[in-house]
Amino acid sequence: MTFHALRPLAAAALLAAISTAPAGAQSLADRVDTIFAASTGWFVNLIFANLPGTSIPWIVGWLVIGAVVFSIYFGFIQFRAFGHAIALVRGVYSDPKDAGEVSHFQALATALSGTVGLGNIAGVAVAVSIGGAGATFWMILAGLLGMASKFTECTLGVKYRNEYPDGTVSGGPMYYLKKGFAERGLPLGGFMAIMFSIFCVLGALGGGNMFQANQAASQVQSVLGIPTWITGLVLAVIVFIVIVGGIKSIASVTEKIVPFMGIGYVLVSLVIIFSNADMILWAFGEIFRGAFTDSGIVGGMVGAIIQGFRRAAFSNEAGIGSAAIAHSAVRTKEPITEGLVSLLEPLIDTVIVCTMTALVIIITGQLLQDAETGRYILDEAGRIATAGGSAAGVPLTSAAFGSAFGWAPYALSLAVFLFAFSTMITWSYYGMKAWTYMFGEGKTKEMVFKLIFCFFVFVGAVSSLNAVIDFSDAALFSMAIFNIIGLYFLMPIVKRELDSYLSRLKSGEIRRYH
Amino acid sequence: MPNRYVVAYDDSQAARRAVDFAVQRAKQDGAMLLVVHVLEWSPYSFLTPQELEERHMRREQELARAHAAIVDPLLNELSDAGIEAEGEIRYGHVVEALVAIAKEQQAQQIFVGRTGQTGMVSRVFGSVAGSLAQVSPVPCTIVP
Repeated sequence: MTFHALRPLAAAALLAAISTAPAGAQSLADRVDTIFAASTGWFVNLIFANLPGTSIPWIVGWLVIGAVVFSIYFGFIQFRAFGHAIALVRGVYSDPKDAGEVSHFQALATALSGTVGLGNIAGVAVAVSIGGAGATFWMILAGLLGMASKFTECTLGVKYRNEYPDGTVSGGPMYYLKKGFAERGLPLGGFMAIMFSIFCVLGALGGGNMFQANQAASQVQSVLGIPTWITGLVLAVIVFIVIVGGIKSIASVTEKIVPFMGIGYVLVSLVIIFSNADMILWAFGEIFRGAFTDSGIVGGMVGAIIQGFRRAAFSNEAGIGSAAIAHSAVRTKEPITEGLVSLLEPLIDTVIVCTMTALVIIITGQLLQDAETGRYILDEAGRIATAGGSAAGVPLTSAAFGSAFGWAPYALSLAVFLFAFSTMITWSYYGMKAWTYMFGEGKTKEMVFKLIFCFFVFVGAVSSLNAVIDFSDAALFSMAIFNIIGLYFLMPIVKRELDSYLSRLKSGEIRRYH
Repeated sequence: MPNRYVVAYDDSQAARRAVDFAVQRAKQDGAMLLVVHVLEWSPYSFLTPQELEERHMRREQELARAHAAIVDPLLNELSDAGIEAEGEIRYGHVVEALVAIAKEQQAQQIFVGRTGQTGMVSRVFGSVAGSLAQVSPVPCTIVP
C-alpha cells in the first residue's frame, strides 16, 4: 500500500480520533497555540529583521560572515586538517593509558545526536519547499563554512571548561566568554555569558524541544492518525521520566539506537537516489540552476540563499555554541584536538544527511514545476506546490520516501520520534547547563527547569508549525549573537593553540599510538 | 630479570583456577606473576551528555573498586604465600589488553581460565580463551 493510498485512511482515522477526543483538550490546544504565537511574535520579528534596504535577515548574514571569517582566519582549517580530524576520531593519537575516559569518537557521537534531528528531515523539507532545489547548494556551502565556526567554539569549550574536585566537568560558551574575556583583560565577559545562557535556555525550549515535539507529533498524526495532543502528552511524560525521574536506561537505549537510525536513513536515501540514477544529473542541474538563477520562488535567488543558510545553521548549529557544551567533557591535554574532531559535525549533519533529504525530495519529483518554463508552481502561501499536496516539514519528506517505498513513512515516523527524543534529551542537558550557570546548582532550581522543559514539549506538539518554527529559529540564532562576538575576541587564543599544536605534530612531539 | 607470567584475573572461579595453576608454574620456574584485570571498554560506544560529564569520575571509581575488591586482595594473598607478583588494571578489550601487556612486559607466558561454554554462546560471542589462543604472541595456557 502506498502512502498516497493510505492518506484517505489516515485522514478518516484522524477525523474519528478528533471527534472522540475530549473537547476540552482540543480547545486548550488551540488556546495554547494562539497565546504562543501572540507572545513570541515580537522576538521573532526582532531576530529576523531584514538588513536595511535588503530582504536578507541580519542574523543569517551574521552567522555566514562569522563562518567565512573563521574559515579565512584559520586558513580553511576544515580542509587542511580534515585527514587529521579523521585520524583523531579513529583514536590514532589516543594514549592507550587514557582508555576508559571519554574518547573523541564518543564526544562527536553525542554532539551529533543533538544536531542530527528533525532539522535534517523537516528543516530541509521546509528549505526546499520555500527556496526550491537551489537552497540545497547554499545549505551545503553553509555547512562547509560552518565547520570552521564549530572548530573555534569547541576548542574554546575544552580550553575554558570548569573541572570540579569530584572529576565532573562543565563547559561551553558561558565559561569561555567569562574566563576567556577575563584572561584577555576584556570587559563584559560575565554579561555576555549571562546573555548567552538566557538564550541557550530559550533555544533549548525552542529548537531543542518544541520544534522537535511539533514535528514528531505532526508526523505521527499524518501517518497513524493520532492527534497531536496525545503524542505531545506521551513525549512530555517520557521526557519527564528520563530527566526528572532519572531513568537513565531510556536515554542510554535511545542514544544507542539513534546513530544506527541515522545510518539507516542515509542508506535508504541512497537506495532511492540510485534507483533513480537517471535523475541524479538532472537533480544536481536543478540545484545549481536554482542556486544562481530565479527559479520562480518567492524572493528569487536571494530567497534560495536565505533558506539554504537558515536551515543549515539550524541543523548543524555551527556558531550557535551548543556543541561546545557536549565536547568540553573530553579529557584531552590538547583542546585543539577536540576542535578538529568537532569540525566533522557540520560535514556529517549538513553536507551528508541534509543533502540526502534534499536529493530524495527533488528526485522523487515532490516539487511541482511548470512543464514549459521549468519554474516552480507556487501555492497561495507562497510555498512551492507539492506533488501530494503535503505540508512542508516532515510530511513532505515522508511523502518523498513513501513514493519509493510504501513502508518508508512508518519507518520515518519511528525515526522522527527517536531523533526528536534524543535531541530533546541532549538539549535538556544544554539548557540545564545554562540554567545552572545562571541560578547555581541545586535540586529545586534544576527541578524548576526540568518541569518547564516538559511543559514546553506539550506546547510544541500542539502549536502550529509556523509559530513554532519561527520561535525555534529565533531562539537558537540569538545564542549565536553573543557566542560569535565572543569567538571574534577569543580567536587569537585558538590560533596560538593551533599553531603550537600543528608545529608539535610536525616535529613528532605529538605521537601516534596506533 | 626473572621470567614474567601474565595471568588474567577477575573474581570468577575460572580465573581463580588459572591463578592457582600459574602460581604452581611460577614457583617451579622462579618466575614472577603479573596479575591483569581488564575492565571491558570500547571507545566507540555511545554515551548521553550526562554520561560524558561524569565519565572521568566514574572511571576513577571503577579503578578504585577494581583495586580494592579484585586485584589487591589477590596480590596480598600471593605476597603472604611468598610469590612475587604485580597487578595491572586496564580498560579495553580483554584479549587485546592481555596481548599488549605481554608484549610490553616481555612476558614468557599467558595464563587464562575458561568458563567452558559450548554451542551457540561461544559461537556467537567467541570466548576470551579461544581468541587468545589465536592471537597470543607467547605460549598461552588455557586452564579448564
